Amino acid sequence: MVRTNWKVFEEDYWAINTTMKELLGNSNSTSVLLLDKTGQLISSVGEEPEFDMHSFASLCAADFEANAQLAQLIGERDFSTLYHQGSNESMYLARVEQNIILVVLFDKRTTLGLVRLRVKKAVDNLNVVIRRLYDKLEYENEELTESEFDEEFAAEAEMEIDSLFSD
Amino acid sequence: MSLINYSSREINVKIVYYGPGLCGKTTNIQYIYEKVSPDTKGKLITLATEMDRTLFFDFLPLELGKVKGFRTRFHLYTVPGQVYYDASRKLILRGVDGIVFVADSQQSRYDANIESLYNLHENLAEYNLNLDEIPFAIQYNKRDLPEIISVEDLEQELNPKKFPSFEAVAIKGTGVFDTLKAVAKSVLRNLS
Repeated sequence: MVRTNWKVFEEDYWAINTTMKELLGNSNSTSVLLLDKTGQLISSVGEEPEFDMHSFASLCAADFEANAQLAQLIGERDFSTLYHQGSNESMYLARVEQNIILVVLFDKRTTLGLVRLRVKKAVDNLNVVIRRLYDKLEYENEELTESEFDEEFAAEAEMEIDSLFSD
Repeated sequence: MSLINYSSREINVKIVYYGPGLCGKTTNIQYIYEKVSPDTKGKLITLATEMDRTLFFDFLPLELGKVKGFRTRFHLYTVPGQVYYDASRKLILRGVDGIVFVADSQQSRYDANIESLYNLHENLAEYNLNLDEIPFAIQYNKRDLPEIISVEDLEQELNPKKFPSFEAVAIKGTGVFDTLKAVAKSVLRNLS
């Protein structure tokens, strides 16, 4: 089911970030991002990029999905990794579980071989965390949702929307 | 599929503008981009052809600010309208939280509206979704042009279930925010 609200809880978030930071260090890359296939940015570590991360995440998801469609045309389920080589900066994208994409930005201070090697290990670790998170979402405590997103939340949200979206 | 991050206290939701080719989906997003204050918007991404037709999507991230301590963002997407870009449309609908259907009021686009709405139903069904369970609004765009269909006729044909609907002249901004507000509020209300 696609339209299950996806939530990241404190413990999982830190487990995800720990793995991403390890990857950042041991691959000598510049930034590591985790996003879902709808283009939502889950987390990022490393150098703060100068570009808009949310736009970047949406394009990465689109890139991955467009390539998955190409893969299917040639009889593959998808491409589990993608590599884009630039003259200075390069990107390596890898699928984590079904709906999550790991993106590594790196430059000449490292090599594709090292990034690929470290990503493989990081993906294994992230798979464990994400599967645990999915299990949790399946049996999640309804009270948590109710206590955070009540009528007060809706009323406050409506006020913010009115003030943001005005001619 | 909204993403709620309890640790960084962030909520991201996805709203998609759907409709036939050249109905004004991109124009809606461009107007919003021009009007919202610079500190609340991210970069407007447009994947378009040389003829300014949307090839894959337009994307605009908007920061609503903090709501009960949650940093809340809207991600606005448009789909390419032309019939042959259906694979792209399907991908963009993945994880959608709210939909705006932009209809072209011109008589000559009557069939194109119906076809696009039918296509929306079909593509949502592939994700086991339907318009009854997802925040949805219809915008009747280009109300300033000659030879347009009356709103009553458009309502009868495109909106028998009486979803919220708005008349618009997107190029001048008329009705753009009213439509977005209706869907945005409904999406956040859905969380509670």
